[in-house]
Amino acid sequence: MDLRLRIWRQKNKNTTGKLVTYELPGISPDMSFLEMLDVLNERLIEQGEEPVAFDHDCREGICGMCGLVINGVAHGPEVTTTCQLHMRHFKDGDTITIEPWRAKAFPILKDLVVDRSAFDRIIQAGGYISVSTGGTPDANAILISKESADAAMDAAACIGCGACVAACPNGSAMLFTGAKIAHLSHLPQGQPERYDRVRNMVQAMDAEGFGGCTNYGECAAVCPKEIKLDVIARMNGDLIKSTFLSSGTRKMGPNATRNGK
Amino acid sequence: MTIETQPRTDIRQVEYTVTLDSKTPTGPIQDRWDQHKFDMKLISPANRRRFTIIIVGTGLAGGSAAATLAEMGYNVIAFCYQDSPRRAHSIAAQGGINAAKNYRNDGDSIYRLFYDTVKGGDFRSRESNVYRLAQVSVNIIDQCVAQGVPFAREYGGLLDNRSFGGAQVARTFYARGQTGQQLLLGAYQALARQIGLGKVRMHTRTEMLDLILINGRARGIVTRDMTTGKIERHVADAVVLATGGYGNVFYLSTNAKGCNATAIWRAHKRGAYFANPCFTQIHPTCIPVTGDHQSKLTLMSESLRNDGRIWVPKKIGDKRDPRDIPEDERYYFLEERYPSFGNLVPRDVASRNAKAVCDEGRGVGPSGLGVYLDFADAISRLGVQTIRDRYGNLFDIYEKITGEDPYTVPMRIYPAVHYTMGGLWVDYELQSTIPGLFVIGEANFSDHGANRLGASALMQGLADGYFVLPYTIGNYLAQTKLEKVSVDDPAAREVEAEVNQRITNLLSINGKRSVDSFHRELGNLMWNNCGMARNEAGLKEALRRIPEIRAEFYENVRVLGEKEAINQSLEKAGRVADFMELAELMCIDALHRTESCGGHFREESQTPEGEAQRDDANFSYVAAWEYTGNGARPALNKEPLNFEYVKPSQRSYK
Repeated sequence: MDLRLRIWRQKNKNTTGKLVTYELPGISPDMSFLEMLDVLNERLIEQGEEPVAFDHDCREGICGMCGLVINGVAHGPEVTTTCQLHMRHFKDGDTITIEPWRAKAFPILKDLVVDRSAFDRIIQAGGYISVSTGGTPDANAILISKESADAAMDAAACIGCGACVAACPNGSAMLFTGAKIAHLSHLPQGQPERYDRVRNMVQAMDAEGFGGCTNYGECAAVCPKEIKLDVIARMNGDLIKSTFLSSGTRKMGPNATRNGK
Repeated sequence: MTIETQPRTDIRQVEYTVTLDSKTPTGPIQDRWDQHKFDMKLISPANRRRFTIIIVGTGLAGGSAAATLAEMGYNVIAFCYQDSPRRAHSIAAQGGINAAKNYRNDGDSIYRLFYDTVKGGDFRSRESNVYRLAQVSVNIIDQCVAQGVPFAREYGGLLDNRSFGGAQVARTFYARGQTGQQLLLGAYQALARQIGLGKVRMHTRTEMLDLILINGRARGIVTRDMTTGKIERHVADAVVLATGGYGNVFYLSTNAKGCNATAIWRAHKRGAYFANPCFTQIHPTCIPVTGDHQSKLTLMSESLRNDGRIWVPKKIGDKRDPRDIPEDERYYFLEERYPSFGNLVPRDVASRNAKAVCDEGRGVGPSGLGVYLDFADAISRLGVQTIRDRYGNLFDIYEKITGEDPYTVPMRIYPAVHYTMGGLWVDYELQSTIPGLFVIGEANFSDHGANRLGASALMQGLADGYFVLPYTIGNYLAQTKLEKVSVDDPAAREVEAEVNQRITNLLSINGKRSVDSFHRELGNLMWNNCGMARNEAGLKEALRRIPEIRAEFYENVRVLGEKEAINQSLEKAGRVADFMELAELMCIDALHRTESCGGHFREESQTPEGEAQRDDANFSYVAAWEYTGNGARPALNKEPLNFEYVKPSQRSYK
């Protein structure tokens, strides 16, 4: 199939970018979307033009490194990661517009590559259980109902790709943050720090410049791991409860109080 | 800079036998690790903050080590090439993690896990290491549960287990089909906590390009910041490499695209011995290649072989729709050749047989490199719903990638490179032949011998990171008088200058071919000549061709873009340059090991039935290769293997 691509090209963080059009004939429907971009890059190199930079790694839908806005939709027309999208979902003669994630908290580094380190800082603020290596009880000493374990696993499936932020008109990270909070709060191990965690993580999230949630639901619609909006409700519920608890003054780590970086 | 382009087809070896001290303890095997822990020197909690440790790679091994060392009080500087430690390729492991918990009351024990792992490794691993691995496996599960890893549970609230990879006990813990992801997130979260507390300085999007030695000890690394292109020197009291395997030598593998061997290869060139480089594992059930554009291969869990039947058409070149091929014109080659194990033969046997029938011209699919994995019988026997419950998510992955519905059309599968058992040589304390350089996880050679069992990679990564290295590195630091060093040390500056020279050179060649085209050419050669089955002629051919490809690379590669900016072509070029040197060592190793064992099948060494024939009299050793300079033959050092507990026997699956 023959395609016309409109791709965001931007030299670096400090310059402005623009959409550049490329004609790309001879694409196989069996290719993945990223393999299609590989072919484009090989041809650009042949012509002496610098290839398009984009993030990717495992190419099997689990590492969360890849992520492109394709024709206005995060990860494109199928509910999956960009690497698991195949060209058979496009038609011969299509024009495809390819842009990076766009959000205040995800600055563009080059072309389609963005900086998602804000997500790491949210986790550093409290997205963990404070246990050190060694001295833990036997694994079967902690009973967890299958329902709780399954609910925790549903939320823990988040791959941190950032599509939720890219899809949200507010650039909100509440699906991402809520997923980690829900994962840990469904488990007995997560209870001792439950309310400190939610307060510290939400504070970090706000400090990074992510917007608030106004219930559009676009995040859940594009999430390749189908994380449900419920996690946001759960997070908000815990956040409200935390304001009534005196234990909630403890900071779990120094980053929790720092703004941004 | 001199670039070695001459073929090294002379296979005479320089042998050393005295230098390798594996520090393997003696005494009853069940007491060795405890005794060794007691014998090791300690560093008191108050003194640990005086030491800084560099950790390269933050997957299961590196992430767990970084978190644990920081918890103990050491200062840690950690590096990963991804944009976050949460993305390391450990994340892609599907099946599970083994542990000798015996929760199923089915006769499992530490000794049985040890026994299975030594035997599965085809008697090419170190007994003491494997026993320790089995011992700490039980602690790993406790640790992960405490961290909140959501393992599968039964209705009563206890942990669920399954049997995996042909094991006769159910010792595998799992979190749906995403066990690697959940274990990695556990380690990542522990690491994030330490980053937040300021005990770990984390450098993401940063690649190690060389190792700094000062007075013969590993004291630092030179890195490139992949966002700014800046080359930096970092120094510490010890360096830990946790950079994974080198399966991407083959270009196509199940590894992530960024997985590379640069860190271990650079360390090798600085003096770390490389052990058993030819031991690579080929996984039988991957989705076949669709064309030249293919960038990576996707694994389908081998649990599919429990219910799927593997076959090819009897008639050579039969292009009919598989559903139109009548039963008596199908060749169920595994069931016919291995009546007692059938489709459940070990990975290496299944892979080799699939290749053999494809080489005969019976392969299926557009490329002819594929065999059918057919669920029609299982569906008619058990019903679609049962099959959907067991394999639904795998069938979905398959359909997403191929566009074919495996409920109605047989799957097509083909073997692919999956794991590398070889790696940098380490002693019992996980220290390489360079003092102060430790190597953990897939990057080292230990524990799996010539073949790794299913659900054991995650176990080894976490064992090394949580429970072994944090003890042994203290023993090194406590016994070593380390002078203060700075990033301005002349030795560090010299290494940086060499790194800069290599980068400038790659950017200035400005030839005609892309980096990927060279990588594909190398990978194809390695797959054909040093892949599932190897022979002397093929390996010699590869050893003749690799220097030619390398010579052309340095004359004709085109790397566009700038040094001081994001430059993905430049990143790839450096990695491919190192793959080309490592590939040669793999072939040299494969050529010298004239026996077959585990994943290494030498066609000259097979039983009358066509099975792998080990040669214990001549090859019961670890081949640890020493770099002897550009263009010189690597020297072979042998670490003899002694089997006091599990007596070597020949595998049979007939």
